[in-house]
Amino acid sequence: MNAATVSQLHDTRFVELSRVNKAFATKKGVFLAVQDVNLSIKKGEFVSIIGHSGCGKSTVLNLIAGLLDASSGTLICNGREIAGPGPERSVVFQNHSLLPWLTCFGNIYLAVEQVFGKKEGKERLKQRTHAALELVGLAHAADKRPNEVSGGMKQRVGIARALAMEPKVLLMDEPFGALDALTRAHLQDELIRIVGETGSTVVMVTHDVDEAVLLSDRIVMMTNGPAATVGEILDVPIPRPRKRLELADDPDYVAARKAVLDFLYQRHARPAAAA
Amino acid sequence: MKPIIETQVMRAVEAVPAAMLREARLARVREWIMAVVPPVLGLLVFAAIWQAVSLQNKAIPGPLPVWDAAVALFSKPFYVNGPNDQGIGWNILSSLQRVGLGFGLAALIGIPAGFIIGRFKFIAAMLAPIISLLRPVSPLAWLPIGLLVFKSANPASIWVIFISSIWPIILNTAAGVSQVPQDYLNVARVLNLSESKIITKVLFPAVLPHLLTGIRLSIGVAWLVIVAAEMLTGGVGIGFWVWDEWNNLNVAHIIIAIFVVGIVGLLLEQALIKLASFFDYQ
Repeated sequence: MNAATVSQLHDTRFVELSRVNKAFATKKGVFLAVQDVNLSIKKGEFVSIIGHSGCGKSTVLNLIAGLLDASSGTLICNGREIAGPGPERSVVFQNHSLLPWLTCFGNIYLAVEQVFGKKEGKERLKQRTHAALELVGLAHAADKRPNEVSGGMKQRVGIARALAMEPKVLLMDEPFGALDALTRAHLQDELIRIVGETGSTVVMVTHDVDEAVLLSDRIVMMTNGPAATVGEILDVPIPRPRKRLELADDPDYVAARKAVLDFLYQRHARPAAAA
Repeated sequence: MKPIIETQVMRAVEAVPAAMLREARLARVREWIMAVVPPVLGLLVFAAIWQAVSLQNKAIPGPLPVWDAAVALFSKPFYVNGPNDQGIGWNILSSLQRVGLGFGLAALIGIPAGFIIGRFKFIAAMLAPIISLLRPVSPLAWLPIGLLVFKSANPASIWVIFISSIWPIILNTAAGVSQVPQDYLNVARVLNLSESKIITKVLFPAVLPHLLTGIRLSIGVAWLVIVAAEMLTGGVGIGFWVWDEWNNLNVAHIIIAIFVVGIVGLLLEQALIKLASFFDYQ
């Protein structure tokens, strides 16, 4: 294989999970959370993982992040085996996880300094931090502490922090789950714009069907746990950038939405006991 | 019709702010009264009971003679008439110095110990029985050991302060470290922060509020203990001064000493609460 085909291979299988299992040791014995997960993600692709709660979708994300170690199987990112967490796979956490003693600027700067501090001067690092704040429209809140800004703004700082690290893959764990519907819609639109500008590869965990269809190129639908796995992968053939208002009547959008709903509530409905 | 409606509206707009201002001013006055009157009333009731007790029992001086004695005492706080007769200011300062030294040593050893115990389960389990055994021991029980080891009263009382104030620091620091939210540690892992950065940027700020609670408790204990320790060891200090005045049968001075100990303790506590409020991020 020559260099060109290798790099092409890396681009089409930028993130690759093959035969991944993850078991947790619990008091009641071994709990198999996810079983035989196979998934490959192209460079620049936006992939959502959707499923009922407890289906192990966050487990899959944490495995890609390296925050969890797989019990068996291989995980590869950009041609390298994933061994532990690192800034090239930055994470937007569900509850923003900003350090409350640092300002919004300080939270992003900590990340920027960690990734670029060895090669770049302080001025450039500050520039990067300001640029990240600007990207999410929060230049004015740079000197505020996280507890002084709204939930939506905190989450935007979390996104800015993750993007400022210039990750190879942006991992988002139900990033808008804790927000009200209007703020969520607003941030989804922002995310569409930002991903359009940066061309990031994104893996997002969600339980919101509309969010998944609106944002994703492909939707990975997971079966119910324990021993959850990838049930089906749906292509969403709508060109990006997408406009929320125009989508409502788009036949592709309606079809995709119906397919996901059908999977979640017909074929893999949550067992009644767990609801 | 139109102008009438407009004037009505304008009147309403003018009227509302004036009424609201008055309301707000009233609320502020009410708040101020509630903040000042009950404590003052409480102190007056206290003084009245004290006066009644002193009328019943001639050995106990009432508030007014004690006040006069205090004014005389604090007009010359820093005189020195030999080692056993020094101004009240010197006595307070030497007690504070012992507390500072004993507490400082306790912090120096207790904070790192708390971090280690909070971070490593094995060491926590190893030290748990020792801590639970030693913590409830009355501080003065340590005094003979101190006298034996240091062969001198002053280091012995510092030792007593040290050993009785170290436990709240260790336990609160350890609790703080083990309660650092997993989210923050996950952020540190994703960023690949070095161990020293994890300690300075994540662990230490997260633990600081707990640590300050530990320091507040431990200074409280230290200040409680110093009076008792000095009564036994002698020298210059507020505790020894109480004992000395008891031997002189100067009850007014003993009562003054009780107030002084209370007020200094209160000031220490308030200063630490103020300090802690700077580090409350929630």
